Amino acid sequence: MTNMIEEFHKLDEIPPFQKAIDQQYMNTADSCNVLQMNITRKCNLACKHCHVECGPHRDEEMSREVIDACMTFAREQKVETIDITGGAPELNSNFEYLVTESCRSCDHVIVRSNLTILLDERFKHLPEFYAKQGVELVCSLPHYRAKDMDKVRGQGTFDQAIEVLHILNELGYGRDERLVLNMVYNPAGAFFPPEQESMQAEYKERLKADFDIDFNSLFTLYNNPLGRFGEFLVRSRNLNRYMKKLYDAYNADTVEAMMCRFQISVDYDGSVYDCDFNLAADLPIVSREKIFDFVGKPYKVRKIRMDKHCYACTAGAGSS
Amino acid sequence: MDTYYNPEDLAKFPTITEESPELGAKFFEWYGAVFAEGELTAREKSLIALAVAHAVQCPYCIDAYTNDLLEKGVSAEQMMEAVHVAAAIRGGASLVHSVQMKNVIKNLEF
Repeated sequence: MTNMIEEFHKLDEIPPFQKAIDQQYMNTADSCNVLQMNITRKCNLACKHCHVECGPHRDEEMSREVIDACMTFAREQKVETIDITGGAPELNSNFEYLVTESCRSCDHVIVRSNLTILLDERFKHLPEFYAKQGVELVCSLPHYRAKDMDKVRGQGTFDQAIEVLHILNELGYGRDERLVLNMVYNPAGAFFPPEQESMQAEYKERLKADFDIDFNSLFTLYNNPLGRFGEFLVRSRNLNRYMKKLYDAYNADTVEAMMCRFQISVDYDGSVYDCDFNLAADLPIVSREKIFDFVGKPYKVRKIRMDKHCYACTAGAGSS
Repeated sequence: MDTYYNPEDLAKFPTITEESPELGAKFFEWYGAVFAEGELTAREKSLIALAVAHAVQCPYCIDAYTNDLLEKGVSAEQMMEAVHVAAAIRGGASLVHSVQMKNVIKNLEF
């Protein structure tokens, strides 16, 4: 596996991220608003843009012990949002317990679903479970055209996602204001995403006209040069050019709102990161404390670990 | 210099102002205005640019506008249709001139 941090350091013409930003933003805010939990590397898909390199061949998952420590942390710190991701989070054997406990601990719970997993016999009951718990769903839909999505996530995944979106719409997701259904667009390669507002309008128009599907918002994200996407950039010799583009698109106004300043990201084994991208880059928080070390203590401001992949969060209108 | 076309040279486009600052600045100002949203959308203008880039066979422009169109959410199929428009005009321009050939023949033959 390519060490992307080492690859970044070979790129002499891209200055270190720490030199680009105002020093006041090198540290976290003094409270934690978002608890992000990466609860498994298992996934039924192996998407080309996945920065945590999940797939059917992985088996790591968060234990009940780590989940309970996260829930205690969430209650103690009164976090505003619990953001559950993976892998396909549904594949964690403690998943329903986690969602139930999260909804008890916090008013805003997000589950990031790839949708297709919800057609598996073992998980067909989950859309109703989600609706009952009132969780917000953020689903990855790389494109509104089948060909463009299948290219990223595998043959037939678009049709499966559409089938699940129909089920979610019938339950009220994307239609009932209590049940939020958001989508995420990732570019299918080494280029930037379209402008969010215009792409959202296009998604809404096409998904409604072609499939009678409704949703709330579309987030267009920059692919972060890590994991499987990072490997692709190196292999296709696009890394230099992509990183230069990210650097040229640096927008200082986005730094104040970077997600790493307001969250912790907990990996399946209880390791703590400033964000999901640092998790993918294997850059744990400076103190290397685990989530257990955060329990029962006041939240402390910490220095954020940064490297050149952070330029993906500050490009254009910001992407974190 | 190993090759006339180097992808890295595209980024050096702004250096054309070095020898002629006033004209260069005017060109870039005009160029920016041409591609702004107007009666045509920025996406439509980029598709035209891609087609013209193929007609004039400019590798820099093909690279720039393919990237630009991907970032505007345009598919490979849509881009290829635009290239076919350019090819049809190029091919049609050759073929329509055969009327001149026919005129010459008509004038010369019994």
